[in-house]
Amino acid sequence: MPTEPIEQIVDEVRAIVEDPSYPAARRWLDTHPDGKVLGHFQVYFPEELAHAAGVLPIKVAGFDTALQIRKADAHLAAFVCSIARSALELVMSGTFDLLDMFVFPPICDVARHSCAVWARNFEDIDCQILYLPHNAASPAAVPYLAGEYRRILREIEEVASTRVTDEALRASIQLFNENRRLIRELYRVKRETPWKLAATEAYLLTRAAGVMPREEHNEILRRALAALEEREGRPQDRIKVVFVGGFCEQPPLDLISVVQDACYIVDDDFMVGLRWILEDVPVDGDPIEALADAYLNRSDYSPVQHDPRKPKEEMLLRKIRESGAEAAIIAAAKMCEPGLEEQVGYSQALFAEGIPHLVMEFEEKSTTFEQTRMEVETFAESLLFEFA
Amino acid sequence: MTTPTKHERRIVIRPPLSLAGTTRDENRKLIREWWAELDAAEDEGRPVANVFVMGSMAEILRTFDMPIAFPEMTSLQTAVRGRSLEYITTAEDAGYSPDICGYVKADVGVHLQGRDHPMGRLPVPSLVVATNLCNTYIKWGEIWERMYDCPVFVFDIPGWRGSGFETKPSSGTFRDDVRYVEAQVRELIALCEEVTGKRFDIDRFRETLAEVNELSRLFQEVLELNQHRPAPFNALTEGINLMGIVNAYRGSPKGTRFLEIAKAEFAERIDSGVGAVPDERFRLLLVGTACYSNFRDFAGLFEDWQGVFAHSDYMSFAGGALDRGVHYDLDRPVESMAEQMVLTTQEAMGGMFWGQDWLTEVVRDWEIDGIVFHGVKSCRTVSTGLPDEREWLLRRRDIPGLFIQSDLVDPRLWSAAQLKNRIDAFFESLESRRAIGARR
Repeated sequence: MPTEPIEQIVDEVRAIVEDPSYPAARRWLDTHPDGKVLGHFQVYFPEELAHAAGVLPIKVAGFDTALQIRKADAHLAAFVCSIARSALELVMSGTFDLLDMFVFPPICDVARHSCAVWARNFEDIDCQILYLPHNAASPAAVPYLAGEYRRILREIEEVASTRVTDEALRASIQLFNENRRLIRELYRVKRETPWKLAATEAYLLTRAAGVMPREEHNEILRRALAALEEREGRPQDRIKVVFVGGFCEQPPLDLISVVQDACYIVDDDFMVGLRWILEDVPVDGDPIEALADAYLNRSDYSPVQHDPRKPKEEMLLRKIRESGAEAAIIAAAKMCEPGLEEQVGYSQALFAEGIPHLVMEFEEKSTTFEQTRMEVETFAESLLFEFA
Repeated sequence: MTTPTKHERRIVIRPPLSLAGTTRDENRKLIREWWAELDAAEDEGRPVANVFVMGSMAEILRTFDMPIAFPEMTSLQTAVRGRSLEYITTAEDAGYSPDICGYVKADVGVHLQGRDHPMGRLPVPSLVVATNLCNTYIKWGEIWERMYDCPVFVFDIPGWRGSGFETKPSSGTFRDDVRYVEAQVRELIALCEEVTGKRFDIDRFRETLAEVNELSRLFQEVLELNQHRPAPFNALTEGINLMGIVNAYRGSPKGTRFLEIAKAEFAERIDSGVGAVPDERFRLLLVGTACYSNFRDFAGLFEDWQGVFAHSDYMSFAGGALDRGVHYDLDRPVESMAEQMVLTTQEAMGGMFWGQDWLTEVVRDWEIDGIVFHGVKSCRTVSTGLPDEREWLLRRRDIPGLFIQSDLVDPRLWSAAQLKNRIDAFFESLESRRAIGARR
């Protein structure tokens, strides 16, 4: 039987990812009428905890112009990033009216404040901060985090009126291990044969994980990987770049498209929370402790975590080397304090290593990209001449 | 006879006060000494720690005789002296975004210009202690880490957790938090031993903790003096001087003595019927920070209406929770420090995010007429949720509030006419409210 074309699968997930009413979650609730929905803010949340309780985890990552900000602005200061406004607007506008619980990690001061804003305004939603440890290298961090996971699990159990067993947790870990493995495979295809998988396609296929039941997403990824086996493609004369800056607020799809028109994006940090854990989480032993250990010790890096074992510039340089990239695009969301501050450190390290890079800012609600197109094309062309 | 202008009304003849100016003089002396200590440490090659006002860990650092630099204070000083913009633009020229914290950029600018500050010379840190109480602290620490290759210790104090959360010493969450914080206290002590080459002296640590207990008791008493009408000090203008000293001299007898001087001066004002603002008409509560690049102008916009800031949440969160009552148990110093850190920090920082109940209490106890919420671009830690908090307090508790925005240290974000319009309208609404209340 011939496999379906990858374009068809991407179109299917695009319709789900770009719809702020979260259609896949609604479909799930149709078949689970007593089901509960847990939303969580970027960057990372151990979704296994929700899944094991029979709760649907949804990763809220903001929206482009599909969602107009009408009410949220009156509740937040002017100098706040777009994703915090989008997330608030989703609920205030009634567009996303499915939430029973919402969890913010303390990634930045806007996220911590947002939890209080939500708690004041949405009394029917259990709004929590999952206090992921900032002293990541401390020997006390893993036991502390395990305790914090247990606290959040108790909140989930209360919301879902259920008790979660270790067995259920292990089964969920296995499901999510499989999901992370499939996403890693997708990224391998993009890294090794970027002409076979466009960055926008990989992005949509990955992002879909956060807005649908993970069982369905695993199936979609299997279909996509099978379709990619069949896909014909020929390498083009484009430079290979690593794109960073998409760890929280997401660049509009059109911006990713503009970059990929001129470059192959062979690695990135888009939706990095879905790929935060780099290896399978062990399913023998205490599952909560295994998840806590994986978050701290088998994980990626981002500007919102200080871990002396993972200096961010060195991690970026390693990402560039391992992906075979020739250059980097160092982006940051407007008004994102950690992202903007990281740009300087990244830039200095890349200068020191002689790696060409382009620094840019974006906003999820941007609609014009001509200036960006010109910058990226100029950057890419100058490098093509240099590398020729 | 013409009606006096607002400025003319401010000129009043006061009875001579024997303690007038003693707090200010002591403040100036101590700040000079603080800078001199930083300079001397550099000359002598002694290690200096860069720390922050929310969770300075002065209790530990002072035990090792390590001078502590507060970059928030030194950045603030560049603004009050009208110099911040030149440093900010230096940092922006080096790649730092116009949309990040101005304190960070003012500090980076001074470092990039050779560390010569208008009041002295910024030290090269041998150690950075950055709590998670402001996420920018951590990013700021990483900048020095890159500049000077110094260790950055992120001291993590888990905070307010969301809906229904209360800090309860009997809860499992509290015990988990304390265990984690206590482990970090011990890690930091070990790191200080490494950086200074000195052994930890637990008796010296006890002395420092005892001094902080006393500092906290006095700080609470000073704040309570402002429940008096008229308020003896302005929490905006004089408050900033108090905060500078209680941070720089936390755990030192000099800090305690300073608060005794301030308390005596403010008590004398009360006895003499003298208020911080002549003919006090409005009692205000500041939520957020002041605009230090235009500090006098900012204060004047409220003083023109004979409004005094009787309290501010800045005096809570920026005081390392001294206002919440720090009570270290000297028999179990390390364990007690961890417990008190969790207890007081969760209350003070929780008040910043989930502040409506604490603000309501202050409005009641300090007889506040209205709250001024000042959002600053530089600081999302204090500013993000202010419009929502204002709206909630007005709707649910009938407490009037004004929301305005400018910056901490960046004069480019100061819009005098716009601020004046909004502040004047706020006072007019308070007057109307008062008139309506009188008729009922």
